[in-house]
Amino acid sequence: MLAKRIIPCLDIKDGRTVKGVNFENIRDAGDPVELAIAYAQQGADELVFLDITATNEKRKTLIELVTRIAKHINIPFTVGGGISSIEDVSLLLNAGADKISINSAAIKDPQLIKKLSDQFGSQCVVLAIDTKFENNDWFVYLNGGRIKTELKALDWAKQIVELGAGEILLTSMNNDGTKKGFAIDITKQISEAVNVPVIASGGAGTIEHFKDVFINGKADAALAASIFHFKEIEIIELKKYLKNNHIEIRI
Amino acid sequence: MKTVIIKYNAGNTRSVSFALERIGINALITDDADEILTADKVIMPGVGEASSAMQYLREKKLDTVICSLTQPFLGICLGMQLMCNYSEEGKTNCLGIFDQDIKLFTFSELKVPQMGWNTITDLKTNLFRGIKENEYQYLVHSYYAELGNNTIAKTNYGINYSTALNKNNFYGVQFHPEKSGVAGQTLLENFIKL
Repeated sequence: MLAKRIIPCLDIKDGRTVKGVNFENIRDAGDPVELAIAYAQQGADELVFLDITATNEKRKTLIELVTRIAKHINIPFTVGGGISSIEDVSLLLNAGADKISINSAAIKDPQLIKKLSDQFGSQCVVLAIDTKFENNDWFVYLNGGRIKTELKALDWAKQIVELGAGEILLTSMNNDGTKKGFAIDITKQISEAVNVPVIASGGAGTIEHFKDVFINGKADAALAASIFHFKEIEIIELKKYLKNNHIEIRI
Repeated sequence: MKTVIIKYNAGNTRSVSFALERIGINALITDDADEILTADKVIMPGVGEASSAMQYLREKKLDTVICSLTQPFLGICLGMQLMCNYSEEGKTNCLGIFDQDIKLFTFSELKVPQMGWNTITDLKTNLFRGIKENEYQYLVHSYYAELGNNTIAKTNYGINYSTALNKNNFYGVQFHPEKSGVAGQTLLENFIKL
């Protein structure tokens, strides 16, 4: 059976790993390549690198980092952060990234999703959705959670899959950094509404939260950052717990 | 020993060459027929679309070159699918090395593409030496090869299908050994030793 995936996320700033709490108050958490190798050895199923600097002058540094990561790790990885053109994607995939994740650029120009999936294949196009529950609905935010849009997360998810997105990385801004659990309701709604995998993100604090998002949230994968960086949860212990709870997991 | 990775318009050649570097093999990435014909080992990776990939191989006359090879040959993912008879993706005839046809996953309850780690069973041939039954490998695909006489590994995703095929010197794997951790690395080492 296809296993549920555990995905550590590494936020990258100026070539170092950092982790924000509620998208702010960034703390340093180490060298990305070292961390990536350690995660792969500990049983991570995939890795996500989000470049939170992602300005044009930093792009070259990111490409070099991606090549270094690709040389050293033997599991798939996604790169995101500030990607806005076919050229950006082409450079990252050629550098060795398996998938790329786009967010704001797709909201500004939804046809970009179609262009990317036509040229590189849906399997490498991950759509990141940052969403916040307010006024009784889940709204999509862009620019790293700074700008609200009128898009509703469920509608947007359906639309991007039609356009060719191969996977959805869904982050609940209400939950992110709280360690109080994933946003089960919106994860379930989107996972059941689309025919591509959904990665749940934001709010992981305990091993039970992962069980909850796989069983009740119907997530295909779960992503977390700080609890893995600061070793509050060991990946191998998490995976043993999930397997003991009859969730299909690669150990 | 000379190991060649076939360069074409559907390759994730870099990932495969990095994986080979990790086991001490420096591979040549090329679409030159003479280089391919004189190699000791040939690998055809692939992430892309079947009909455009076949068209490229035919234009470069690599289709006849590949079928004439007698050294160990490994197709990965789309590379494996192109070694089969026919693919529903782009409705194209393929290289015809394996008997199978390539079909689209059409099970409504399952997500397509299949993306992630799934288990492989009924392992045959030395390609899987040291790899245990039910080992996980990383897969990303929407089309699959049916079971048949050439099947040397099976996986279940709504249906039992071929995740590895073999005929004489030709091997194909649907999963990505270059991205499948230690088990994938073992498979690449086994291939290099064939």
